[in-house]
Amino acid sequence: MKRIEAVNDFVIKFANVNGSGSASANELFAKAILRMGVPVSPRNIFPSNIQGLPTWYEVRVTEHGYLGRRGGIDMMVAMNPQTWDADIAEIEPGGYLFYDSTRPLPMSKFRDDIHVVGMPLTEICNQAYSDPRQRQLFKNIVYVGALSALLDIDAAVIEKLFDEQYKGKEKLLASNVKALHMGRDYAKAQLAPLGLRVKRADRVGERIFVDGNSAAALGAVYGGATVCAWYPITPSTSVVEAFQKYCSKFRVDPSTGQNNVAVVQAEDELASIGMVVGAGWNGARAFTATSGAGVSLMTEFIGLAYFAEIPATIINVQRGGPSTGMPTRTQQADLISCAYASHGDTKHILLLPEDPRECFEHAATALDLADRFQTPVFVMTDLDIGMNQRLCEPFEWDENRSFDRGKVMTAEELEAGKDFGRYKDVDGDGIPWRTLPGTHPTKGSYFTRGTTRDAYARYSERGPDYIYNVERLLRKFATAATVVPAPIERRAPGKTRLGAIYFGSTSPAMNEALDAMEATGVHIDALRLRAFPFSAAVAEFIAAHDEVFIVEQNRDAQMRTLIVNELEINPAKLIRVLHFDGTPITARFITQTIAAHVAKKAAQPEKKVSAA
Amino acid sequence: MTWIAKPKLHHPSLQHNAVGYTRRDYEGKISTLCAGCGHDSISAAIIQACWELDIEPHRVAKLSGIGCSSKTPDYFLGASHGFNTVHGRMPSVLTGANLANRDLLYMGVSGDGDSASIGLGQFAHAMRRGVNMVYIVENNGVYGLTKGQFSATADRGSKSKKGVLNPDSPVDLIGLAMQLGATYVARSFSGDKTQLVPLIKGAIRHGGAAFIDVISPCVAFNNHAGSTKSYDYVRDHNEAVSRIDFIATREEITTEYAAGSVIEVEQHDGMTLRLRKLHDDYDPTDRVSAMNYVQAHQAKGEVVTGLLYVEPDATDLHAALNTSAKPLNSLGPDPLCPGAQALEKINASLR
Repeated sequence: MKRIEAVNDFVIKFANVNGSGSASANELFAKAILRMGVPVSPRNIFPSNIQGLPTWYEVRVTEHGYLGRRGGIDMMVAMNPQTWDADIAEIEPGGYLFYDSTRPLPMSKFRDDIHVVGMPLTEICNQAYSDPRQRQLFKNIVYVGALSALLDIDAAVIEKLFDEQYKGKEKLLASNVKALHMGRDYAKAQLAPLGLRVKRADRVGERIFVDGNSAAALGAVYGGATVCAWYPITPSTSVVEAFQKYCSKFRVDPSTGQNNVAVVQAEDELASIGMVVGAGWNGARAFTATSGAGVSLMTEFIGLAYFAEIPATIINVQRGGPSTGMPTRTQQADLISCAYASHGDTKHILLLPEDPRECFEHAATALDLADRFQTPVFVMTDLDIGMNQRLCEPFEWDENRSFDRGKVMTAEELEAGKDFGRYKDVDGDGIPWRTLPGTHPTKGSYFTRGTTRDAYARYSERGPDYIYNVERLLRKFATAATVVPAPIERRAPGKTRLGAIYFGSTSPAMNEALDAMEATGVHIDALRLRAFPFSAAVAEFIAAHDEVFIVEQNRDAQMRTLIVNELEINPAKLIRVLHFDGTPITARFITQTIAAHVAKKAAQPEKKVSAA
Repeated sequence: MTWIAKPKLHHPSLQHNAVGYTRRDYEGKISTLCAGCGHDSISAAIIQACWELDIEPHRVAKLSGIGCSSKTPDYFLGASHGFNTVHGRMPSVLTGANLANRDLLYMGVSGDGDSASIGLGQFAHAMRRGVNMVYIVENNGVYGLTKGQFSATADRGSKSKKGVLNPDSPVDLIGLAMQLGATYVARSFSGDKTQLVPLIKGAIRHGGAAFIDVISPCVAFNNHAGSTKSYDYVRDHNEAVSRIDFIATREEITTEYAAGSVIEVEQHDGMTLRLRKLHDDYDPTDRVSAMNYVQAHQAKGEVVTGLLYVEPDATDLHAALNTSAKPLNSLGPDPLCPGAQALEKINASLR
């Protein structure tokens, strides 16, 4: 029988029951490999449920540092009878099954092309522990111990992790170490070695291991957010939980004990964005975190903030839509609903972080952009980045960086007689000046409204006043295109007529796919988008290639639509590469889709596609 | 409405208040509402109250939703910033604005459509949170801007201008506000300025969630026989439970009052509200008995007015959140941004 042999390059998946305490054990497993200098990329695959439903944790061990989901399972740790059949079926031929063999299972429950490793976990735990909760929790640590022995993971590394986790809780520390070794001892004595192995390497470096939601929250702290209003919704909830955690550390005035922040859990998303808009109008940096369904509810306010020109930062941790959709699965399917949110002619700034490091950067940048452009700014992250720990470059902060508060007219400027027209373009960039309530006794006050007005904020339904205003808003948006984070290009080693555009959580899978295609001689230049509106570089990149693949995680090719619409590109030259089943896109999927297109083209007589 | 603006020129004999403003400095743009609209009387009462309390106009933020009532912030306090938000959502915007700068006075103006229908949820939650604000509902029981549909505060059995009887129970904003935790709850009538001005002054000085339901007849669509929100009906059924005197310091009571008929309520800033009880069995500092009293009398068809409930030691959302005494919108990178060194430590903890 074939046997998968791999060192530092395999995928192991844990099938567990939600609420059984497996998550922290599985995370321990992943971190132990990281501490051996080998990159890992774990993903939680979990249901919309607190207890009882199936949950999985997939760990890709990748010395090359390919952090996207690979696809295919080399080893399954099958701890959930509910999903047994599907879990067994998923294992690659020649792969491994690790299971709890306490209860004998009929031969028909196994496959003859995989290697089966049975360990009587329940029996071992029942002998060692009398408390049912302990039996359950330590079973997880016992299997981590067994796996660590089977895969050659250093016990000392795991003990050090326990050490850090249970500092000051010596009893817990000792019992965890004991459970770990119970598993290791059994595996060493009773189980045959596997073809999968972890070997110490030096491929992690200074990188950090963090989830995107925590990173975005930290970015909001660094960016100076003082008001956060929110409503719980998966997968964004942990953004605000992390924000509160960081604020309890960094935003409590040491002399007074008072908070330099206000966090309010609102009654719904309408109220949360309403509070953000109220705070933004009044000069505080404010944000909310939500997901697509929440953005739908916020849409009226987003239109108000666009038209009345009020800063607002919205972190959208995207999940599968439409409607309640797939609340615990990932997609990039809110691009159009955010880019053009609300009725009438509206356009909004979107930032597109690729990993937790960019979640940090973009959250802070969004607060700057919102103030500078006096408009809603979306940070378009997703469940894959947001709720999974990801290896990424460390966070960086320039000590000289300040907050960009944009054009706020002061009492002194008003007193000096500076002309104040709230909606007047005095600088040619489409961005007007604003005043904050309470600034000056007699000058600079105005009535903010979602109805039309003239350049001095006086109610007006005159056509020319309306046109002046909405054309100025377009000018402002064009200015934004020159300021938002620019796209990053990766050129193929050889000249090519093929290009690919991608963004957000697709990055790691895309990088791996590009490497794989290069290895087979398929050269593709790639452009990673980091924001909407598009920088000039996007149109230039498309013009420089005959065909451009637009790789995204939604059904309707929403980024492609934005590109066609905003840049007036001939749609025929933009080839869809779409992944939308709720799992993160894989390099294999990208490679196969692009290869199929290239092969189909090669079979056809050459037909030149030109730009519109 | 009128199109003729009053001349800006102030008469030299106009009286100045302690901060140097005349009453006219508290005015706004010309009202675009119908002649005789109750809402304009409320605007005038707000102007009077702010002038009498020596409030600097620019230290007030006016917020409203959508509807006739929500247009009125443009017609008073022209030197204040105003924000005409979206329908039914003024409370959340006001809450956010208040969080950003606790030093301003927040005046929310809304209507019965705006607060009792589309915005009932936000109304309720702003009261629950104890946002420091003056929340005035200009309540006429009818949709004016869309020409005469019943609103959610219209009484069951009241008649529309077209003769239709309202089959639905009314939303009782006063009852809700008391039940949900508002700490200053009053009802008044736009036609009774002597009652309304002190109630607004009391609300301004309250320091917590203050709500005033002002019955404000709609002369165009709800001022006919059979309506329970008409001038005639409210005058006939107005049952005031208290008269409020607003005094800046604790002065000795010089007027003779019957024993037990005066209640003094000290406010958070040291000011004192002096309430003259008009009914012996009414205690405006007891939430449960106040709710019972109002419910019982409303059931008899009375329009109970006055300061219905006040909590002497009211606190607000900022107290609950323990936010900095310095307005949040005035804080810069120091103290908000933890800096590069702290980030290095965070990085180290994530390896």
